[in-house]
Amino acid sequence: MSDTHAQTVAYVRDTMLPEQAPPTTAAGPVRWMRDNLFSSVLNTVLTLLSVYFLWVVLSLVLPWVWYGSWTASSLKECREVVADLGLAHGAACWSVIAERYLQLIYGFYPAELYWRANVTFVLMLVALAPVLYPNLPRKMLWFSVLYPFLAFWLLWGGTLWTPIVAVAGFVLAYVAFEVLYRVAGSLVGVIAAILVPVIWWLLLAAPVANGLASVIPLAIEPVESAKFGGFMLSIIIGVTGIALSLPIGILLALGRQSDLMIVKAICVGFIEFIRGVPLITLLFVASTLLNYFLPPGTTFDIILRVIIMVTLFASAYMAEVVRGGLAALPTGQYEAADALGLDYWKATRLITMPQALKISIPGIVSTFIGLFKDTTLVSIIGLLDPIGLTANIRADANWNGIVWELYGFIALMFFIFCFGMSRYSMYLERKLKTGH
Amino acid sequence: MKITTFFGAVAAATMTAGFASAGTLDDVKAKGFLQCGVSTGLTGFSAADANGNWDGFDVAVCRAVAAAVLGDPQAVKFTPTTGKTRFTALASGEIDILARNTTWTFSRDVDLKFTFVGVNYYDGQGFIAPKELGVSSAKDLDGATVCIQTGTTTELNLADFFRTNNISYEPVPIETNAEALQQYLAGACDTYTTDASGLAASRATFENPEDHALLPEIISKEPLGPLVRHGDDQWADIVRWSLNALIAAEELGVTSANVKESAMQAGNNPEINRLLGTEGNLGEQLGLSADFAKNAIAAGGNYGEIFAKNIGESTPIGLARGLNAQWTDGGLIYSPPFR
Repeated sequence: MSDTHAQTVAYVRDTMLPEQAPPTTAAGPVRWMRDNLFSSVLNTVLTLLSVYFLWVVLSLVLPWVWYGSWTASSLKECREVVADLGLAHGAACWSVIAERYLQLIYGFYPAELYWRANVTFVLMLVALAPVLYPNLPRKMLWFSVLYPFLAFWLLWGGTLWTPIVAVAGFVLAYVAFEVLYRVAGSLVGVIAAILVPVIWWLLLAAPVANGLASVIPLAIEPVESAKFGGFMLSIIIGVTGIALSLPIGILLALGRQSDLMIVKAICVGFIEFIRGVPLITLLFVASTLLNYFLPPGTTFDIILRVIIMVTLFASAYMAEVVRGGLAALPTGQYEAADALGLDYWKATRLITMPQALKISIPGIVSTFIGLFKDTTLVSIIGLLDPIGLTANIRADANWNGIVWELYGFIALMFFIFCFGMSRYSMYLERKLKTGH
Repeated sequence: MKITTFFGAVAAATMTAGFASAGTLDDVKAKGFLQCGVSTGLTGFSAADANGNWDGFDVAVCRAVAAAVLGDPQAVKFTPTTGKTRFTALASGEIDILARNTTWTFSRDVDLKFTFVGVNYYDGQGFIAPKELGVSSAKDLDGATVCIQTGTTTELNLADFFRTNNISYEPVPIETNAEALQQYLAGACDTYTTDASGLAASRATFENPEDHALLPEIISKEPLGPLVRHGDDQWADIVRWSLNALIAAEELGVTSANVKESAMQAGNNPEINRLLGTEGNLGEQLGLSADFAKNAIAAGGNYGEIFAKNIGESTPIGLARGLNAQWTDGGLIYSPPFR
């Protein structure tokens, strides 16, 4: 056969041809566009319309952004500069941002102390890292635990003894629990662990801190709350609210599912009450009503009051999000945990809560993002967050009448934070995905 | 509205219960600074610059009072207040004095239990409209859409004005002045109404101010002034006479330039002598030092100087004295005699 073949066919290829690139119409960007943009008549029309729309918008917005003036010292001067450019739709006056960006970030915080706010922010990232990324050494969590006290001291100043004495309350609670748990049992231990630090903070902490401070001051320059403002204020309120609302929300969600009637009633009452009122009402309570209830002369920091209200508000929503996660778990999971002989706390910690939280991640992050954006509401009660500062900047005769540039800058900053949170939640969802 | 009523009721209840014995002067002296409520930002009246220093026409009143009481115009802490928080902040004792372009009305004085110590600016509600609308009087605005800030006295005045003139309008309710201006410039409403001083200040910031006209009608009386709580008459007297000292100083020709010199020794004018404390014991009667008025005037100048520096015709706001001229020049600014 082979002979015949060899004689009848003049040439036979004995190696494979190298693979050729597909024709340009079937690969690369062209193929992608054919598949995604021009796959049918309707899609082609829609694509062309979208491109036209984008072109119209961008051709108006980009020159406005790009040719904006950065150096003018007032809106009037800026308008003259921009008018000289001869653009059809004018250009932005970014000079107001150039002049006031520090104020928009730090509020009225003393300029020579900006480093303290910066250090606090960097340390916040360090403290958050082990919480966000479980690959990092677990010992870093100790720093995360101590961070709030350190941040308070760095931002508000005063003596270091105040946060140390505050931490001592937790240490005392732990010691009281350990000692009494062995001597008198768990119930007495828990009660002591609650009572001892409360007594310490209310009665003893202030004199002890003052006494220690008079011996060794360890003080840095104090900064009063009225000087806080801008994004610093938004971040302080937002991050504190976020960090506290998750644990409180989890406890409330568990309480709401509890079989103990009083615990359940309290949790349901709290959640429904807080969710039944708008945040702005709670802020008004914090800013005005509390003044009437407290004895005259009490100085109860306004930022602290706002943080408490924002945290309570976010906790109630968080509780419902987590409860949604718990409800989504199949009953089999609860029964399996019981069958293993785990007690309530172990079953919750090891079996149900990790799964419930994983299910709730999108909801939790949505609540976080909502909370962070809601911090702008404090401008209504006269705190100078970025939105509050816009009114103040416009009150300057030089900048009266400027709107888009300020709100654009603020929107961009908020977008960066919220987009970051959203991307992180997507990373977390992918990482924790166990469904196959 | 429910909340406002509730807060008002709580305010009233607390006010009657407490504060009767409060000694604001002693509190301020003990603290070492004056806590002054101002607007979160109103051009010419109160604004913080890039370094966080407050300045403006209302702020100057705070500084004058601080100088009179404590001898230092910088011994003031400012609490930015909004239209919604200002009265509770004052009633609850969070601030010692409110100087926030607040209109003196019967109900605020009587029902909310505040004491208005005087008037530092006579304002009135006006209208701004584009010239191309072809309107020369507010009475021609039949059927117009009107941008109006909610929760202010201007909203009520507007309703009154249109009702008495038997013409109709369509309100476009808006929260803040900045928002209202954007809406007005974007053509969402035919006319915008608020205090005439604010309209003049805002018009100056438009890209084409000459395209817009202030209509001649002033439809309300808006006497703006500093106020304190009921029940502490000594403190009210101090704030009242600090403000009067600024007004009297302009009338008597005492300025920030010559006040130090005039206060060195008694001159020929007994009224100036009594004002500056070189004669008599007016300061002592108030519970302050003899030179309290001198300090108040030295803080930022007399009334005319403060007006010219912050909102006068040489500033971008460019307000004429008008009603706010001294009574000797045909205005309403008038201080009772220092004697």
